Amino acid sequence: MEYKFLFDSLVIAGISTILALLIIIVDSIVNNYGEVTISINDNKKVIKAKGGSSLLTTLSAERIFIPSACGGRGTCGACKVIVTTDIGPVYPTEKPFMDKSELETNTRLSCQIKVKQDVSIKIPEELFLIKKIKARVEKITDLTHDIKEIIFKFNEGVDFSFKAGQYVQLEIPPYEKIKDFTQRAYSISSAPKIKDKIELLIRLVPGGILTTYVFKFMKEEMEFDIIGPMGDFIVRENNSVMICGAGGSGMAPIKSIIEDMIDNNIKDREIWYFFGARSASDQFYIEKFRSYEKILPNFHYVPMISESESGDRWKGEKGMITTVMDKFLKTKIDKNAPREGYLCGSPGMIDACVKIMKDNGIKEENIYYDKF
Amino acid sequence: MTPNINVVILLFASIFTGNIVLSYFLGLCSFISISKDLKSSNGLGLAVTFVLTISVAICYVILKYILKPFDLEYLRFIVFIIVIAAVVQILEMLIERMSSALYISLGIFLPLITVNCAILGVVLFMEIRKYDFLQTLFFSIGSGIGWWIAILALAAIRRKIENAPVPAGLKDAGITLIIIGLMAMAFMGFSGMLSVQ
Repeated sequence: MEYKFLFDSLVIAGISTILALLIIIVDSIVNNYGEVTISINDNKKVIKAKGGSSLLTTLSAERIFIPSACGGRGTCGACKVIVTTDIGPVYPTEKPFMDKSELETNTRLSCQIKVKQDVSIKIPEELFLIKKIKARVEKITDLTHDIKEIIFKFNEGVDFSFKAGQYVQLEIPPYEKIKDFTQRAYSISSAPKIKDKIELLIRLVPGGILTTYVFKFMKEEMEFDIIGPMGDFIVRENNSVMICGAGGSGMAPIKSIIEDMIDNNIKDREIWYFFGARSASDQFYIEKFRSYEKILPNFHYVPMISESESGDRWKGEKGMITTVMDKFLKTKIDKNAPREGYLCGSPGMIDACVKIMKDNGIKEENIYYDKF
Repeated sequence: MTPNINVVILLFASIFTGNIVLSYFLGLCSFISISKDLKSSNGLGLAVTFVLTISVAICYVILKYILKPFDLEYLRFIVFIIVIAAVVQILEMLIERMSSALYISLGIFLPLITVNCAILGVVLFMEIRKYDFLQTLFFSIGSGIGWWIAILALAAIRRKIENAPVPAGLKDAGITLIIIGLMAMAFMGFSGMLSVQ
């Protein structure tokens, strides 16, 4: 009787195996696109690669790194490239990230399209500068209960040049149930003057793949791959008043921007920096920014907390970042001067701040932000 | 005992009198959602017919030459579903290669053919009614074509009533279900012509 069960299982396994073999055979015939040629920026660079994978992974295998904050899952919309060859209609997974002009110029998400034929694409020249390099964790500091400051040091001789406000992608190895390498984007919080190290601020996201790894497993002296620099969240060089807003680890790019101004001795520009946190214990770097206020005479740091706890010794502003920003825009900041917004934080915070800025007469095209 | 039915009659019977969707109400999910668009309805109809014919034929062979001789009929549901899933996988790869426009417009409903109850339904009818191989083949082709014709007709009707003043609460799925009901009644008119059970 027990042999019958074994026999039955074997028959089912046999049938499944035959079907699986059939699928593998069809897959190897149908999905074999052979070698394809990808021409970048009018034959400026031509690569030959095996077809069948997404454009993003095909390019990164050739060490051309298209920015992708989500690591190719189609959720961030950062990996846009212009495809000049006709490769069929835009996928429904791409549409939410495209505006009308992008649809007209054949902009596509490189993580969503497969390379099935010879294609020519256009990418911004500076993407050729993006590199993937090894970095060693030099120091991990707890800034708050859920934000860590991590300093990565590159090997001798590496010159990592970037602009203040740009970000990098950090890659972590598989761990526990996560079977693949994972990449996520983090803004650089150190100044561009330091070229052999970068500093990142990483906030624990409950359930987040990369942040969980950082909080549980990342130790000093470990080595990781860093891809960058990327992003266009950089200071526009003019004389308008900078109104910066950030929350949590959104501190990073704005810290880099302010420190860059100190290094370059730009003292006359008026800067207001609103930094929101939930409670006094979620605030960090206050002394650092108070000292920056002494170096830059026109820099004003406005930290605030949104929760009013009893017995709190918080002396600064209280309320949501939008309320405080609105108050300052109406009373303390010159309404007639040209103003620019620089925002970094959660999508909800950015949308709310953009609305407040627009209500106070700042033009939308002068508001720059990084949504993570 | 194999029923004594002419295969041509069986073909027409399964298209009209015993239409798989309008008489047995199998395979309704994609029937309702894809029929919004005539072109994708046509593609899905073709795909369902293809999967139906191939997988029913394979299931017949496996049932007759493997499951029955070894007294394994109690495992038939698992085997049938595995076969259908495999055929759909292969079809998905073929469509993606040959027509990416169709691949996009079918979207999630292409892999979902696996759980399209019309297909498992036909496989089980084939077994219950004890058809022989030729009859099975014609029965499955007929059922596929029946589903195809039905979704094309529904898509055409839906396009026709696109601008009709349907009460707000009955828009989309509501009015579609009413149309399907009316179509089913119309198909009942065929039932006097041929009858095979």
